[in-house]
Amino acid sequence: MRNFLIRRIFFAIITLLVVSAVVFSIFSILPFDPAALTCGQRCTDQIIEGNRIKLGFDKPLYMQYFLFLSGIFFGRSYGTGSAAFSCPAPSFGYSFNENACVTDLLREALPVTISLALGALTLWLIVGVSLGIIAARFKNKWPDRVSSIFVLLGISLPTFVTGLALLIWVTIKWKLVPLSLVGYTPLLENPFKFFQYFILPWITLAIAYAALYTRFTRAAVLETLGEDYIRTARAKGVKERTVLFKHTMRAVFAPIITLAGLDFSVLIGGAIITETIFNLPGLGRLTLRSVFEFDLPVVLATTIVAASVVIVMNLIVDMLYAVLDPRVRI
Amino acid sequence: MAELLRIENLHVAFPTDDGLVRAVDGVSLSLNEGETVAIVGESGSGKTVTGLSVMGLHKKGSAQLSGSIHLEVGDSSLDIVTATDEEIRLVRGRAVAMIFQDPMSSLHPYYRIGNQLAEGYLVHNPGKKKEALKRAIEMLDLVGIAEPDQRAHEYPHQFSGGMRQRVMIAMALMNSPRVLIADEPTTALDVTVQAQILILLASLQKEFNMGILLITHDLGVVAQVADKVSVMYGGRIVEQGSADDVFYKPTAPYTLGLLKSVPRISTHGSDRLKAIPGQPPSLINLPIGCAFAPRCEYTSYAAGDICLTDRPELLGVRPTHLSRCHVAEATRDRLFVEELKEVR
Amino acid sequence: MSNDVILKVENLTKYFPVSGKRKHQMVKAVDGISFELRAGETLGLVGESGCGKTTAGRAILKLIEPTSGHLIFEGQDITNLKPGKMRPLRSQMQIIFQDPYTALNPRQTIGKIISAPFEIQDIDPQGGLKAAVQSLMERVGLNPEHFNRYPHEFSGGQRQRIGIARAIALKPRFIIADEPVSALDVSIQAQVINLLEDLQEQDGISMVFIAHNLSVVQHISDRVAVMYLGKIMEIGETNALYASPHHPYTKALLSAVPQPDPRTEKTRERLILSGDLPSPVNPPAGCVFNTRCWKVEDKCRTVVPELLQVGKSQVACHFPEI
Repeated sequence: MRNFLIRRIFFAIITLLVVSAVVFSIFSILPFDPAALTCGQRCTDQIIEGNRIKLGFDKPLYMQYFLFLSGIFFGRSYGTGSAAFSCPAPSFGYSFNENACVTDLLREALPVTISLALGALTLWLIVGVSLGIIAARFKNKWPDRVSSIFVLLGISLPTFVTGLALLIWVTIKWKLVPLSLVGYTPLLENPFKFFQYFILPWITLAIAYAALYTRFTRAAVLETLGEDYIRTARAKGVKERTVLFKHTMRAVFAPIITLAGLDFSVLIGGAIITETIFNLPGLGRLTLRSVFEFDLPVVLATTIVAASVVIVMNLIVDMLYAVLDPRVRI
Repeated sequence: MAELLRIENLHVAFPTDDGLVRAVDGVSLSLNEGETVAIVGESGSGKTVTGLSVMGLHKKGSAQLSGSIHLEVGDSSLDIVTATDEEIRLVRGRAVAMIFQDPMSSLHPYYRIGNQLAEGYLVHNPGKKKEALKRAIEMLDLVGIAEPDQRAHEYPHQFSGGMRQRVMIAMALMNSPRVLIADEPTTALDVTVQAQILILLASLQKEFNMGILLITHDLGVVAQVADKVSVMYGGRIVEQGSADDVFYKPTAPYTLGLLKSVPRISTHGSDRLKAIPGQPPSLINLPIGCAFAPRCEYTSYAAGDICLTDRPELLGVRPTHLSRCHVAEATRDRLFVEELKEVR
Repeated sequence: MSNDVILKVENLTKYFPVSGKRKHQMVKAVDGISFELRAGETLGLVGESGCGKTTAGRAILKLIEPTSGHLIFEGQDITNLKPGKMRPLRSQMQIIFQDPYTALNPRQTIGKIISAPFEIQDIDPQGGLKAAVQSLMERVGLNPEHFNRYPHEFSGGQRQRIGIARAIALKPRFIIADEPVSALDVSIQAQVINLLEDLQEQDGISMVFIAHNLSVVQHISDRVAVMYLGKIMEIGETNALYASPHHPYTKALLSAVPQPDPRTEKTRERLILSGDLPSPVNPPAGCVFNTRCWKVEDKCRTVVPELLQVGKSQVACHFPEI
């Protein structure tokens, strides 16, 4: 177990280094001057030059990369003298477009994305798995057929269609959810507002995933029901309901949970469309904006955060599998 | 000897896309306490479906059943064919239990052994958790598993093949059933392990005074444990009698063919095996007449074409030894005697 | 059956590394076996699961690389031959697999399957490929018109015949038959065994017949080698070995096999082995069978017995049965 963890952490660090280096290199290939982007309309060459030195863009590439890395551990300061400022550790750099330390930007965006992903995850798991069980239990009868229509719709509808449709009908036409919400309210501050704010984005995301999970659960349940040990349970006189929920689900649970963990981790980095449609100030929207504005520090940061989440979730999921399946030893 | 199980004219058919599969086509047999009845046949003979039907474990819903399966339950009896799902569920693991061929896949990989055993008891005695666990350990000990209280906390994959089959047996006997159905219980095991398991089953049979319905294709195993034998072919019983009758005085051509084609360990070295030509029949397109006719070398001894046109009935000069064949029994006796000399 | 030695196996071992845990533990699947195979003879290789017989079969054909030992085929040491040099020799050594349902590519017609050996070895048979394939099909009892059919259209026994046709296509010197009838119904087993015997006689093929069914092995083998935990316990002429086995394990094995003879089966004495098979990762020291042998003494636990001549067999036991 210990060797396993050490190995994984080691590879995780290497992966993150590679990811960050790749992003860094991409930016260095781009045919423009990063310093030139740091100021708006009223740019003079002097200011640009000054910013270039301040932000370290004059230094060689490997140096810049090294400064970036050290910033994560020790914080980073920019400029000299009275115009100096610094971003405390962990520092991913400074965003001129936003005029803020990147870490602060992340700190604001992450809770939104996490709330979005967690809520959607809960919703799609409950709906998807339940529907999947029902479909399997009533295979080829009407509940199964109805759920397969739902599955088809869910998989085919792109998130921007679902999102926009919900926005138009539920928010604007039927006015069930107020449009002009001020912004993100944390759960603990005002639960009701929190739910109002997120309910539509949750549904938008959940529909697509629930469809996939319905199909997966149905297949997994049907396959498990054909296993010999289910026949043994019946031979012991176990009630059919217990066969389904205790014996079958226990076996299906493991792959579903692990799949969900991985899907969740990908969502953290990339619920871009949903966040944009519903104007959620999350990680996805932040990434999108900074990519279009060539805001390197932010792009670097969000990429690394997304990659880290995926790596950590992979690790958790692998360990979880060892807990759920006694045959697996790490 | 009390009669524990009586199957009468059982028919089991499954509709499939290719047609109606007549898996069991008119099977009758009985099982008394303390005795072992073997159903012998190859794949597609219907022996497994017969066994599963006694437990009501044939594919629900899609199967068409007719006939009757009378199972002794306490003081009364239950007809499995007409019983409700709940009635059947209540006798499974209690009045009748079953062990299967592959002990690895037949045990739940995610639950501990003790847990799985206890469940068998708890299903029929709800709430008695302590007793269930205690009995689980007792049963593990009874089937010869060392350190049962420790091993009860282990998972199936931590046991070897032979041990797992012992666990399956322990699980089946949790509620002291009167009838045990064993479906190829030793086929997946090594021969030395098989010997251990068969001896275990015999001793447990005595202890619990059970009737065992053994389903197998292995004639050696049948010879070792069976009192009565039913030979199945194409979903039908083609010969039925005591082990002695069936092995030494077979009256069905298929049985004779089997006995001649099975390789035996002999002291004088071996001659060429007498194989049965052809293939077993498809259960969807069973021949109109006798199912074995296309492969039988004795059809010329019956009147005209009758083997191809008419199904023979299960008959016998003695009521304890029946077979299905149009050729007169006296003629068969005469013909087979010579063949059997070569085999012994 | 002449005295030409087709194949000589010397101290063949195959170890598989065990992943995880500490150190470098090895599964000693085959732990030093030696035997000779003469022209036209059939050597039966028997044992229970975990004895290493299947691994041995694969290692002999170099389908998996042996860990150590020597393989000498027709006088040539092939142990360290690279795949390139092995290829032409492979037409001389073939294999028949156990499971007829997975041994044939379901996407190829059986004509294609049986003609593959010719194509791989770049051999153009006289009269053309199709004629050669069809004649092979006839020899194994298949209808030559069916060469355009797919495996799933055939029964288990017929599929095994296809596998046999493929194996004998290039008239190999020897064939490894790995449990060729174990997955077949009893009434079909006899057909396939007879077929193998006929083909062997017609073409003078030597065979290593791997099986766990002792009755089948006695029937088809000239000599038998009994394996346990990667080693050969006893090897000798078949009928002599079956009539009076010298190794305790052989005795127990034969005693355990039930015969279709109720009167004797119900009453005879049986030698029941106690205990379980030890792990091949940690085989017992000395004689590997010592943990389950009723004759065990101190010497058995420390000294590895050599294969020595006892009667008509060679036996690896310090206290063989006479």
